[in-house]
Amino acid sequence: MSEPVALKLTAKDFKSDQEVRWCPGCGDYAILAAIQQFMPELKIPRENTVFISGIGCSSRFPYYMNTYGMHSIHGRAPAIATGLSVSRPDLSVWVVTGDGDALSIGGNHLIHALRRNVNLKILLFNNRIYGLTKGQYSPTSEAGKITKSTPVGSADAPFNPISLALGAEATFVGRTIDSDRKHLQSVLRAAAEHEGSAFVEIYQNCNIFNDGAFEQLKDPATRDDHLIRLEHGQPITFGKDGQFCVVHPPGGFGLEVRDTASTPTEDIVVHDTSITDPAYAFALSRLPGFDLRNTPIGVFRSVRRPSYDSVVQGQLAEAKAKVTETPEQQLAALLASGDTWTIS
Amino acid sequence: MSKQIRQLDRVVIRFAGDSGDGMQLTGDRFTSETAQLGNDISTLPNFPAEIRAPAGTLPGVSSFQVHFADYDILTPGDAPNVLVAMNPAALKANLVDLPPGADIIVNTDEFTKRNLAKVGYSSNPLDDDTLAGYAVHPVALTSMTIGALAEQDVSKKDAERAKNMFALGLLSWMYSRPYESTLRFLERKFARRPELVAANVAAFKAGWNFGETTEDFAVRYEVKPAKMPPGTYRNITGNAALSLGIVAAGVRSGLPVFLGAYPITPASDILHELSKHKRFGVTTMQAEDEIAAIGAALGASYGGALGVTTTSGPGVALKGETISLAVALELPLVIVDVQRAGPSTGMPTKTEQADLNMALFGRHGEAPVAVIAPKSPSDCFYAALEAARIALTYRTPVILLSDNYVANGSEPWLLPDVATLPDLRVEFATTPNSEDGGTFLPYLRDPQTLARPWAIPGTPGLEHRIGGLEKADKTGDISYDPANHDHMVRTRAARIDTIPVPDVEVEDPDGDARLLVLGWGSTYGPIGAACRALRQRGLPVAQAHLRHLAPLPANLGAVLRSYDRVVIPEMNLGQLAHVIRARYLVDAIGYNQVRGLPFTAAELETMLEEVLKNV
Repeated sequence: MSEPVALKLTAKDFKSDQEVRWCPGCGDYAILAAIQQFMPELKIPRENTVFISGIGCSSRFPYYMNTYGMHSIHGRAPAIATGLSVSRPDLSVWVVTGDGDALSIGGNHLIHALRRNVNLKILLFNNRIYGLTKGQYSPTSEAGKITKSTPVGSADAPFNPISLALGAEATFVGRTIDSDRKHLQSVLRAAAEHEGSAFVEIYQNCNIFNDGAFEQLKDPATRDDHLIRLEHGQPITFGKDGQFCVVHPPGGFGLEVRDTASTPTEDIVVHDTSITDPAYAFALSRLPGFDLRNTPIGVFRSVRRPSYDSVVQGQLAEAKAKVTETPEQQLAALLASGDTWTIS
Repeated sequence: MSKQIRQLDRVVIRFAGDSGDGMQLTGDRFTSETAQLGNDISTLPNFPAEIRAPAGTLPGVSSFQVHFADYDILTPGDAPNVLVAMNPAALKANLVDLPPGADIIVNTDEFTKRNLAKVGYSSNPLDDDTLAGYAVHPVALTSMTIGALAEQDVSKKDAERAKNMFALGLLSWMYSRPYESTLRFLERKFARRPELVAANVAAFKAGWNFGETTEDFAVRYEVKPAKMPPGTYRNITGNAALSLGIVAAGVRSGLPVFLGAYPITPASDILHELSKHKRFGVTTMQAEDEIAAIGAALGASYGGALGVTTTSGPGVALKGETISLAVALELPLVIVDVQRAGPSTGMPTKTEQADLNMALFGRHGEAPVAVIAPKSPSDCFYAALEAARIALTYRTPVILLSDNYVANGSEPWLLPDVATLPDLRVEFATTPNSEDGGTFLPYLRDPQTLARPWAIPGTPGLEHRIGGLEKADKTGDISYDPANHDHMVRTRAARIDTIPVPDVEVEDPDGDARLLVLGWGSTYGPIGAACRALRQRGLPVAQAHLRHLAPLPANLGAVLRSYDRVVIPEMNLGQLAHVIRARYLVDAIGYNQVRGLPFTAAELETMLEEVLKNV
């Protein structure tokens, strides 16, 4: 990534001249606006920022950002972005993808980008439905979901994207919600500062084919009882006046929710994103069921591991450091390596 | 005793043994010694896909054929004059290819009852009349090697493993090869285990001395150096030459090379080779799959690198969608397909030319790309440079169709002067290109090349978005306009069709041929050898060979129509012939074999002679 420079950019600078063509009321609008407003904060010149997407509603995103961008093919954005990022360490490369794009057709590329720790910011807009193909169930749709392609209910068990990313050795994993601009920007900020792959799941409403999928997390009447706002270094409590808390029950593998009033303070888990063992973040990711009760949002995990880009660039730099000849001289020597003979 | 020395003009030797016997290495060393002597050479390795098939069985036989001569040769030879058979399986698998009178050197130690039974010999072929008509030289290779190394500080197993060096020593003596390069090679190979250097050198010398002293080998042969153009040579395989060509393309373009690849036979050697050349700014990425490999290469091209992906047929099938994206994005990309016998896994270590249809047509939508094919191992170097030139100049994917035959075969290569290699420098867009100079139009084309500007991320003021959706001419904005789509599809086709490629050259020394043999890719050698043989017999025949399959040379139609008959030999069921017939309405005759092996010159000669009867 580039060094920050004194730039006076505003949200407007990141708006392209293209007409935005998502359905009215789509959650993608809120995410786009939040990101356009957030980008100037990074102080990265627009020309050094690249958005790469796959296929799906969310993948139209790059067209609306006045940066460099590529709308590629279904599922392949992480692979394409990897080639760009590793060969151009001066760029800030963002991947925009959806639940079908990243977890179904592109599942392989996602997990390998994460395990390599490529210096990519991967934003997964999860609306739990295929929108652009008009309403089939997705790999994050709840089991039994009735859609056009599953008239009597889906037989698939869904992925938990956070669990999946953690299992793929992701070094940064976060979750946020389209409608909460402040929170969304805080998670993006942390992701942008992370060296290596930063995976951010964004709950996004598809008001046409899966409206209200995350309503319990948004409705003022229910959200406080459902949402766990993770803060590094803070005890994990939530609900009205912090009435619930998260504990690590002795003898168990996971985490559980308890009443704060009846729990000794020292038993309440203090959130720590820097724990090397992914088991803790994984346990957090398993707290909610499909009713969205006990849904953690924020940064689950943020640990340091050399990025793929830095290792590859380091190998190149080390090899080049030994070179004293011009490329042409080097090439001539390479061509003549091995056993040669001369005919006069 | 003094031995008779006999001069030969050419010899074909085949080393054959178990996969673990080191036959590829033995053949390689013999080839290198032969190259040092200045003979012209052509080699053909033939090995199973299994890494270690059960020892001593027919499927486990690995062989290496080397043809060397005192004149320029085009093929690894149709039939061996000499077979070195390290075990009964090697004998049985290769006997069918031997002409009567050929020399057979057999390792008698391996002709045990058990080994004979493994390959279905009910009696020992060394004792019955199986080998009648051949000059059989029974040699106790294993026990003599172990005996020769009795004083060496090596285990019996290591001593036995050196038997291939005994065989090499014997053959090197027989054909008067200089062996210094082999001794140097052994020192390099076993640098960390001096006791193995000593053992292998001792085995080699024991083989040499055995030849000199035994009465079984009464004659020693010499093959004089060939008259070849002056210069420095090295022996090179197609995969090695192709790798060097990619490095050279990076140097001559001044661009970093990015190779995305997934391991696949027979292309993996290119990944291995390029991974050694980081000092040239070559990045190699072993991707999670074929799709990611080309995706990463395309991403790197987008960022201003020379993106390359290397694979074989099944991999190209997986890459198809990304090739189409590259067609739409109009970015440079080199896709190397080292063809092997298909469909599906087919015969991964055997050769075929059956991916031509896929290269030309195997994508969704109208997605034309440039296609080129090297004609010989050393030509892979120049084909790689040419693929890079077209990709960079015309901002297009280019498919390079190598195959297992040229990839693993080898020949002497006259090293080029680096300064004479094509200049591949490109200019990235740096400023807005609209008429008023105010905006950047990513799909405004160069009127000559029809290439669009290559504006890489990091260039201020040229921020733009590209993608797989149809783009409006010039602006690159998303467009569903019918007329625009028609225009863009035709423009993408014209972009490939109008790439200037050299005219196809016809080899017709006397100018009186009425039969033209048209080939492409690796069939150049056998076709050329067959044509020469026919001409020597006074039968006129012309040869034309295509390097560019898309676009085809502008003069091809005229060339085809100027002959009474056109024959197209291919290692497929007539894929080029189909194109030629459709495009030029020429009644070309296909000659097709898909046996996983290159054509022999003799079979082509016989076939062409038949055709000539009706011309």
